[in-house]
Formats: sequence, structure tokens, C-alpha cells
Amino acid sequence: MDQPTTDVIQGTLDLLILKTLSLAPLHGYGIARRIEQVSRGVFSVNPGSLLTALQRLERAGLIDAEWRATENSRRAHFYALTRGGRKRLETEAADWKRRAGAVARLLSAEG
Amino acid sequence: MPLFRAFARGVSALLHPGRADADLADEVRHYLDEAAAAGQGAGNATALRETVRASGWEHAVETTVADVRYALRGLRRRPAFTLTAVATLALGIGATATVFSVLNPILVEPFPFPDANRLVTLDDRNSDGVPMPATLGTYAELVARTHSFQMLAAADPWRPSLTGITEPERLEGERVTAGYFGLFGALPVVGRDFTPADEQPGAPNVVILSEGLAERRFGGARAILNRPIELGGDLYLVVGVMPRVFANVLAPAAAVWSPVRERPTADFETRQWGHHYQLVGRLTPGSTVESAAREILAVGRAAVPDFPRPTWAGLTNGLLVRPLQEAVTGSARPALLAITLSVLLLLAIASVNVANLLLARGAERHAELAMRVALGAGRGRLLRQVLTESVTLALLGGALGLLLAEAGVHALVAASPPGLPRMDAIRLDPTVSLFALALTTLVGVLVGIAPALAARRGGGAAGLPRDSRRATARSRRTRGALVVAEVSLALVLLVSAGLLFRSVRLLVAVAPGFDPGHVITMQVVEAGHAFDSGPARVAFYDQALDAVRRVPGVASAAFTSLLPLSGEVDAYGYERESAPRPAGGDDGDALRSAVTPGYFATLRIPLIRGRLLDATDRSGAPEAVIINERFARRLFGDRDPVGQRVRFGPEQSGAHAWDEVVGVVGDVKHYSLAVGAPNEFYVVNGQWAWVDNVETLVVRSSGPAAALAPLLQRAIWSVNAHVPIQRVQTMDGFVAASAGNRRFALLAIETFALAALLLAAVGLYGVISGSVTERVREIGIRTALGASPGDVVRQVLRRALGLTAAGAAVGVLGALAATRLLASMLFGVTALDPLTYGAVIAVLGAVAILAAWAPARRAVGVDPTVALRAE
Repeated sequence: MDQPTTDVIQGTLDLLILKTLSLAPLHGYGIARRIEQVSRGVFSVNPGSLLTALQRLERAGLIDAEWRATENSRRAHFYALTRGGRKRLETEAADWKRRAGAVARLLSAEG
Repeated sequence: MPLFRAFARGVSALLHPGRADADLADEVRHYLDEAAAAGQGAGNATALRETVRASGWEHAVETTVADVRYALRGLRRRPAFTLTAVATLALGIGATATVFSVLNPILVEPFPFPDANRLVTLDDRNSDGVPMPATLGTYAELVARTHSFQMLAAADPWRPSLTGITEPERLEGERVTAGYFGLFGALPVVGRDFTPADEQPGAPNVVILSEGLAERRFGGARAILNRPIELGGDLYLVVGVMPRVFANVLAPAAAVWSPVRERPTADFETRQWGHHYQLVGRLTPGSTVESAAREILAVGRAAVPDFPRPTWAGLTNGLLVRPLQEAVTGSARPALLAITLSVLLLLAIASVNVANLLLARGAERHAELAMRVALGAGRGRLLRQVLTESVTLALLGGALGLLLAEAGVHALVAASPPGLPRMDAIRLDPTVSLFALALTTLVGVLVGIAPALAARRGGGAAGLPRDSRRATARSRRTRGALVVAEVSLALVLLVSAGLLFRSVRLLVAVAPGFDPGHVITMQVVEAGHAFDSGPARVAFYDQALDAVRRVPGVASAAFTSLLPLSGEVDAYGYERESAPRPAGGDDGDALRSAVTPGYFATLRIPLIRGRLLDATDRSGAPEAVIINERFARRLFGDRDPVGQRVRFGPEQSGAHAWDEVVGVVGDVKHYSLAVGAPNEFYVVNGQWAWVDNVETLVVRSSGPAAALAPLLQRAIWSVNAHVPIQRVQTMDGFVAASAGNRRFALLAIETFALAALLLAAVGLYGVISGSVTERVREIGIRTALGASPGDVVRQVLRRALGLTAAGAAVGVLGALAATRLLASMLFGVTALDPLTYGAVIAVLGAVAILAAWAPARRAVGVDPTVALRAE
């Protein structure tokens, strides 16, 4: 990959996790992998930030965690969106789109 | 709901740390395994686990617990440091909390009455300016003629005997005017207050009891309400019970009250015109103590015919108006302030000592902290950890200090002189305790921050050794200065204690004018109608004396109405036949003692001129009086007093015969050992306007006096089984009690001074010991170059004595200023007593040498080769 990777923009990691989980339940590394793939390598996910965020979202009741046995390791958490998480995703996504649109308009405005 | 989840997860992690760790480990391992399988390196598993773990709220709890545990472990590793610091803090906090708990209700807290600041006492003054109770006549005139008071009330001491039941006892009580309780904003807990109807002559006998008495003797307030009790042979109806919370500060022991029934009349030979009514007033909102005093003076100077006054209650000098709290606590104030000052000094020394210890510890761990910074320890974390240690130390000290204070409050109350007001309100004050805890924590934080900040400044590993040495030198200077401060504060305390000690020694050595050794006294009360007549009273005293004299071991015995140093006062105005008093003038007064003739021999009061009273001086015989030397000089100057004629108090009406002065006896200290003898006169029981029904038996014994008491009581009861006997006390006891306030202050200040000396010694030891450790190399070189052990010891001692001398110099200046506050408590020494100062400085020097001794020995033991190799 030639394109430089950047850390996920501050404050958007939660949104990206929620969005990713809205498609299918995943384990931690799966989420990271999915974010990197979908962003086409623009974002790289710091494992510390991701696992911390997952713990926080779980405690906030936005996602549920469930232990499942895995092939190579003994077990891992599989995360799934809760109803509260889905609601939060909707509002946050709408909010983000509004802001991103505004930023894009400002950047594309020619002097 | 989400909050609950976060809380539950955190708690679960705290309760099952193993399971939480395993879960996290699995999660992290899975992530890393997956990453590795995908060909991505994702970092270190441990670091990752730490990052995630640090994000939960329970992590803060964990680290604090870890910090505290680490701090405790560190403290346990240095038991000497920890014990010293905790003991020092405990001492400082304990002493401060104790003293302020005691002082608060006495000096600071307003009395527990509504608008307590408007309550005042009104006192007359005798010719020496000593406050004394007023007369009921004065009270009646003030009620009618002044406007400064919303209410005025009078209380007259009353000690009725509870009779008609088994175990008769004499009660403390007061006769009060109807507004007395209302003036304090107090109401009976059951029943009613006195009303003006109760004051009418001929109204039925009524009493109000204290809740304590009602419960102790009558099965509770409700059980005795509206029932009669017998007092001195008369029936009184209990109309009310005052609650325990009513703080009757003017007569704390009073348990029974009845209304004042007398009315002052123009007949001055009555009780109403005697000085035994304590007046209290509630000022109107617009009045002040000063304006009320001015109004009374104006009223006093403008006498009106409606209110005739005898000379001894002339009111021409006004009255002494004082705030109630000042009047009640005033006498204890100097002692209490001195104790406060000394405990603050002790707290300062304790704080300095702890700062010193922590600085030493900081210097010691400077290298450790710098190393940890160099190894990448988070600085905030480091700071927090050092602070945790200080605060842990402070809290340990604080907790121990509060235990000490709890014990100290009890000890102080037990050791307090009788008559110290509001002792019942004293308890370990929660506010004070909290304040003390907060204070020590603050000390801990402030002192703890210094080494931590030093570590933050301490930079990288390259600067480590040099930096640590410079910091050590700086800390040594600081610690030297702190020791100087400690020594100087300790000197102030030691000088105060020394001055008080000398005062008490000189005071108890004062000749009281009588011989107190081997003398036992007890107050005997004639209770009931059997003693209604004067002759019956005289007869009882005579028979009782006969019975007492038959007790083996009794050398001599007598009765007196007034006992020296007992706190009793019974003063009367007087006039001379040779020099008629100018109209309205007041010559002052003299204390009356009605005695049986053996009184002077029993107390060994010397006869100066003339003769003593004897059996021929009895009712019906020409009235004889004996006066003391001071009174003789005052009355007759250089003329021979024997044969002169005088009249006293109620005798001063035209019709009464003159008394002849038959003798002069030596002066006797009456109020206290520190106060000069007052004017005194002595008469026999039968030659006064009345016969006192309360007199004190005074017995000189051939053996130990106190052992005689039960035999004497039995002898008196063999004459009459119904007389209450109380206040059994040796004369030595009264003498000792007379120095009570000073002794109390001495006890407290002595304790604090010794503690201060100990703390200063510990501080000195720490600094000297530290400087020996730091200079092991230098000492080694000197020894290698041929310095003798004597040289080494001298070098160490010189530093110790140098610090002490500097501290003493500063301390002397402080003591000169501080002991001025003690002036009123000193007796026979000035605040600049050179002997005290010299002794204290010598003691400090000796302690400095003692404190430096062990380090000096260690310095001598330094092996040059080892010392040089150590660097």
C-alpha cells in the first residue's frame, strides 16, 4: 500500500465500530480488519484504542459482548449491536454526515 | 441502565481481579493471534492489556489501593521513621484536639441560651474592688428605676436539706425571682415556671427540681410532679422540673429552686439587705454593657426616697456589669489562654518535626525517584505516589491523635480545678477532630510535594548523581533551619513551664497565716425545725464539740461560720465609735467569722495583742470582737485597737450596743494564697444577730487528719442523727486547691513542654545523624589523617550545639514576648526570671548533647578504609 495510513480521527472510532457491527457481529480483530478494508487502508486501527473503545461501548450498553470459542485461540468476545447502539449509530451517523458535508463544502468553496 | 452496567462491570473487575485479568488476556491474545495470522504486528500483549485495563474507572481505585499498599510497605520498611513521624503527628493532633475540645465550650461557643450575648451579670464591689453579690434592695430599685434591661432576675444561694426520707441530704439550690428561668429562655420540662403569685408572702411553698435530682431521688420528673417533698422539715409542692439541658451556668450544681419571698424594706437588719443575691439581666436590644453600667451609675447617684439604701449598698459607685460568659469564665481565662498558646506551639513543633522527617526521607529517596523518572515512570503517577505516602502517614497520625485526644479530654476534665465552668459541656468536638485531620493531611500534602517536585525537576539519568548531591546539601540547610525553629519553639514552652513551676512552688510556700497541717474540716448543717431558735443552734454546736473532743486523736476542735480558702464569703459594713462615718459614706467591709473560742488555737492563728475569745464571751455578756492586723491598721492606724468600739452590718442602727475589740490576731489568706488577706473580724456564735445554721467543724489531730473523718461524723451524729455533713476536706487540700488554676495550667503546659523537648531532641538527632551519614567520607579522611576520636566527637557535638544555640537565641526572644501573656498567672517571679531562662538553656544544651551522642559515637566508629571505599 502506497497510500499513507492514519490513525482513526479522534472521536470517530466509536461511530466506525458501531457502523461495522451493524452489518454483522464480529470479534475485536475482525472489527479492526473490516475498518481498514472498508476505508481502503486509509485508517489503521490502534489495537489499544479499539479494545478500550469496545470495553467502553459495552459498559455504555451500546454493544453486547459474548464469548465464543475460536479455532486458534481458546475464546474471544464477539460483539453485537444492541438496540441502544443502533439508535446511537443513527443519530451519530446523521450528525457526522451533516458535519462532514459542511467541512467538504467549506474546503471546496473557491475564493 | 448504562451507568449501572459500567458500575457493575467495574465492581466485578474489582471483586474478581483474576477473572477480569484472564478475560482481558484472552481477548488480547486472540486479537494478537489474529493479527499475527494476517501478517500484521500489533504490538506487545502486556502493554496492550495495561492500556485497556487503565480505561475502566476501577483502575483509579486499583492504583490508589496499590499506592497505599506501596506506601504502607515503604513505611513498614523504615519503622524508625514511620514510628517517629506517626507519633509526632499523633502528639501534635491529639494535644491540639484535646485543648480545643476543652476550650470551645468555655471560651468560644456562646452559652446555650437565646441571644446569649445580651445576658449580663450585675455585681456590687467591696472596698477592695472585688466583685460580690448585690442585695435584694438593690435589685428592687434597679427593676423599678432602670430601662436598660428587658428582664432582671436575682438568685440567692439556698442549701436546703432534704428531710423526711431515708438518707437525708443537703441539696444545692437557689431562691430565684420569678423571671429567672425565662431570662435564660429556659422552660420546665414538665410542670410550670414560677409566677409572681409564688413570690407573695404567705403563698404556698413551691419548688422546681432539676431533672437529675428528680430521677435520682424521686423516680423521674413525672412521678414527683405536683407531689410534696420535705425540705428542712417543711413541705414544698413540686410544681415543675427543669430539663437537664438547662445550663444553669451561675450555679451549675443547683438541683432545687424556690421563689424569693422577701421584700426589701427600710429595715436594713434583714437578709434582703445582705450581699448574697446574684443579679442577672437581659439587655434590651438597644443597650450595651457600657450603657447599662452608665445608667445604673446615674440611678445610683440620684437616690430617691422611695428606695432607701443602707451604707453597704449605697450604689453610688454603680455596679459591675459584665457579659454573663465573661463573668462565668473570666477567672479561668488566663490559664486556658496560656494552655492554648502552648498547645499551638507544640503543634508547630510537631509540624516542623514531621516536615523535617519527610525532608530527610525525600533527600534519601531523591536518587530513587530520579531513577524512576529516568526509567520512564509517569511523573503524575510518581507525584501521586509520593503524596499517597505523605497522606497515609498523616492519616495514621491523625487517627492515633484522635484516640489520644479522646483520652486527653477525659484526663484534662479529671485534672481540672473545681469551679472551672461548663465542664459538663466538654467532649471531643467532631468539628475540632475533623479540622485536626484536615490540617495534618494538608501538612502531609505540602511536605510530600517537595521531594516529588524535586524529582520532577531532576531530569535525566545523566544529571543524577550531581543533582542528588546538590539537593542533599540544600535539604541539609533547610533541615538545619527547621531544627533551629524547633529548638526555639521548645524553649518558649520550657520557659513558660519553668515560670509556672516556680510560681506554683513559691505560691504553695506562702504562709497562709494558719497551720494547715493535720487539720480536717467538714461542713455541718442544722436541718429542720429543731434548730429554729438561736439557743438551740448554739447548744447543738456545743454538744457536738464535746462529742468530737472525746474522739481519740483529736487535739483540738472548733466551729466557724467561714473557713479560709474555702471560697465562702460573708462580708459586712462597719462603723467606729471613735470616727463617725460621714453620711452616705462607705468605709468598705470586713469578713465575719462566727467561731467557737477554740478556733484560733485549732488553726494556730497567732494572737498579736489583747486576748482571744473564751467561754465568758457568750450571749448576754458584753459583746467582744477580735479583728485581724490588717483591719486593725485600717480602722485605728497606729493607735491601740484593744478597747476600741465598733459595730458591724445589721448592728449599725442606733439602738444596738457597740462591740469592744478585745484582741488582734494575725492575717489569714482568705480568697487565695496569691491574694492579700482581707479585713476580718471574729465573734462568738451567741453574740451576733443570728446563729448560722451551717458551720464548719475544724479539727486538729495528733495523727493523720483524713483518717479521723468517719469517727468525727459518727460523733456528730451521736448528738443529732439528722444533720447532713458535707465537704469533708483537709486544710492542706484547701491550700492545694487554692493554687488549682495555676497547677492545672502547669500540668498542661509542663506536659506540652516535655513533649516539645522530646520532639526537638528527635529533630536534632535526625539532623545530626543525617549529617554524620553524609559526611562519613570526610570523617574517614580526617581519621586517616590522624584526627583523634575526641576531635571527631567534638566536630559532631559542635554542629549540634551550634544549632541549639541558634535556636535558643531565637527562642529567648520569642519567650520574652510570649511570657508576657503569662504575667497574670505568675507569682513571685517576673516573666524575665533569669534563673528559669538559665535552667531551660542548660536543659536544652544537655538534651542537644544527648541527641548528638549516638551519631557522634557512630562517627568515631567510622573505619577510614571502608568510608573511602564507599564512594
